[in-house]
Amino acid sequence: MATVSVCKYYPGGFSFDNCKRNALLEADISKLGFSSPAARKTGTTICGVVYKDGVVLGADTRATEGMIVADKNCSKIHYISPNIYCCGAGTAADTEMTTQIISSNLELHSLSTGRLPRVATANRMLKQMLFRYQGYIGAALVLGGVDCNGPHLYSIYPHGSTDKLPYVTMGSGSLAAMAVFEDRYRPNMEEEEAKRLVRDAIAAGIFNDLGSGSNIDLCVITKGKVDYLRPHDVANKKGVREDKVYGHPVTGSYRYKHGTTGVLTKTVTPLNLEVVEESVQTMDTS
Amino acid sequence: MDYAAVDYFFIYFSVFITSQAFCLNILWNTRGLRSQLKDSVPVTGLCPQAGPYGVQDSLRRGFSSVKNELLPSHPLELSEKNFQLNQDKMNFNTLRNIQGLHAPLKLQMEYRAARQIQRLPFLPSSNLALDTLRGTDDTIGFEDILNDPVLSEVMGDPHIMTEYKLGVL
Repeated sequence: MATVSVCKYYPGGFSFDNCKRNALLEADISKLGFSSPAARKTGTTICGVVYKDGVVLGADTRATEGMIVADKNCSKIHYISPNIYCCGAGTAADTEMTTQIISSNLELHSLSTGRLPRVATANRMLKQMLFRYQGYIGAALVLGGVDCNGPHLYSIYPHGSTDKLPYVTMGSGSLAAMAVFEDRYRPNMEEEEAKRLVRDAIAAGIFNDLGSGSNIDLCVITKGKVDYLRPHDVANKKGVREDKVYGHPVTGSYRYKHGTTGVLTKTVTPLNLEVVEESVQTMDTS
Repeated sequence: MDYAAVDYFFIYFSVFITSQAFCLNILWNTRGLRSQLKDSVPVTGLCPQAGPYGVQDSLRRGFSSVKNELLPSHPLELSEKNFQLNQDKMNFNTLRNIQGLHAPLKLQMEYRAARQIQRLPFLPSSNLALDTLRGTDDTIGFEDILNDPVLSEVMGDPHIMTEYKLGVL
């Protein structure tokens, strides 16, 4: 039997073993007319806005897999630290794993420094990681939080560039949401106005972009308090089937009302039966 | 185990011991940081066609051909393989520019000592001292989550690996 004689030490992390095989398969499969499975994307509308006391982040809740809706109510606002949250667009697995890794690193870092983590730290960690992988990790993020220096909002692109802005949108519905922001944003809004603005921006993305849909989630971050409103607004409610007609349950019922078919004649014949023989057979239940 | 370590650390060590003048520039290019990075990617360091069992691994690496062996299977493969090495080089170069040659020399001596603390050759070592020196003992990255060597499915034959390490193979 063959055993591995001298095993080189593989340090862990990404393994590129299957890349050549995948490239060959891709080429052959398209010749046969099939297509390889598509990664689940979040094809999304996410946005954030800085208002007077903090930051409001908003996201829709649809996850797509090619042309099919894979998840009607997925959560796109990820926890990074008690005062920092991050919305993720792009490949769902990438945003999920990236935000979890950064959240763990930030927690270790804050334990080491003994302070509440800053949004700039999270931003720097994310951009360095995404640049290291040269855009192959498809995670477009909107990072927002409140720290000792006030509220901050960053947008981070998959290749590692970041922007620090008072209002940002990302995802396939970003143009629709940005149109709403550009029209109605003003500095130092009140909380209710900011929530309404974000809700309207996400709704614009939901109704005008195929990749976004379902509900609107909001996350309001202020100094010392986080309101995670999921769902804040059910924009696309699924219809309810008509349940009862004339008092009878209609769904799945094949019963007809009495009198649907007219009765012409009725004959009743009683069958008299008498017991002739009775025998008992025991079952072997051992 | 660090069989593929670039051995100019050893040269540093001997330089330090024999206390030569520190104006040796043969090992550090003075052309600048960018050339540093380009030189450090070894083209010949690509994995050969042989898989872990010594024969070519057609399923994973495809048919063996010259083009197959020269080119990496993914644009990130080389950069990821050398990532830690390149980071260290950049950091040492910056440290040398700020504090003088003694600083990276001292640190590299400590790295060399920490790297020698290993378990038996066929067992995975924790490299805790090395992690502490590098500062990666309180960070989590993809190398800790994906393909953790502790959970590796193949293991070398203990006798052969010890003989290889001792050089009596």
